[in-house]
Amino acid sequence: MSWAGVLAVSAIAYLTKLAGIAIPQHVLDKTYIAKLAVLLPTSLLAALTAVQVFAAETSLVLDARAAGLAAGVVAYKLRAPFIVIVITAAAVAALLRAVSGIN
Amino acid sequence: MSNLPATPAQLRIIDRDALFIGLATATYGISFGAIAVTAGFSIWQTQALSLLLFSGASQFAFVSVLAAGGSVSAAIATASLLGVRNGLYGMRIAQLIKPIAAQKFIYAQLTIDESTAMANRFDATSSTARRAFLATGISVFVFWNLATLAGALLAQAVTSPEVFGLDAAIGAGFFALVAPRLTSTKTKFVAAAAVAISLALTPWLAAGLPILLAATAAVIAASWSEK
Repeated sequence: MSWAGVLAVSAIAYLTKLAGIAIPQHVLDKTYIAKLAVLLPTSLLAALTAVQVFAAETSLVLDARAAGLAAGVVAYKLRAPFIVIVITAAAVAALLRAVSGIN
Repeated sequence: MSNLPATPAQLRIIDRDALFIGLATATYGISFGAIAVTAGFSIWQTQALSLLLFSGASQFAFVSVLAAGGSVSAAIATASLLGVRNGLYGMRIAQLIKPIAAQKFIYAQLTIDESTAMANRFDATSSTARRAFLATGISVFVFWNLATLAGALLAQAVTSPEVFGLDAAIGAGFFALVAPRLTSTKTKFVAAAAVAISLALTPWLAAGLPILLAATAAVIAASWSEK
């Protein structure tokens, strides 16, 4: 994996934080930016969930990852902590792969 | 506005809360370390992301887009857009704490969800707000990085990610990050639209781009007036 990418993404993240602290407040349209700051992570995290579970390169697939996500959703509904949600999803997907022909 | 110095009792409570928040984020940190190493990052690269990028959702996104075959630029763009909220937190921290020039460079790195939320509980310019921000930021930074290392070392012992279902774990991890945000009709709509856009575009575009384009759902919805 790319070191240049690691350093570039880190630099951008730092400069974003620094800009917020250092830029005079009146420069930005605060209401729009405030709404965007809430909605942007929502849109990206939802898309990341969908693509991580249902995409393989450029095809859409239904495989053991979907069962893993379903188990993770149940764990979330039961108010399980983050690491339990993640481990539950991994375990269900792994179990399905071990006992069935599903990839 | 209370500009009085905080009492030792208040400071102890703030420090204790900060410690617990740091411990809580450690569970995310272990997951991140394990997932990044499984995705092909070296232990040093994984640790560099936690030390330098230091924003959980952005770190998960960067690793996930690259692991799915996306380009480095798509991974950087996705992670950076997720980090836009940290810029807004910075604006709030500037109001709350009024750091002097040199402090801004250090405070910027500690500006994350948890430290901003903790500082935000106190009056602007109070010494408690500053203490809450610093204690939480440092606590999360330390535990997040130690947990990353632990997760990375743990994952190195594991050979085949598919067998252990770690690829399914990433999806569930993103779900666990987005689900608490779905508190209003608008956020639910944005999430549903983002899922639809990203899946609809997956067969047509290079990996990573469908996720970026799903951000248009937020860009458009943010311009709607509140009802």
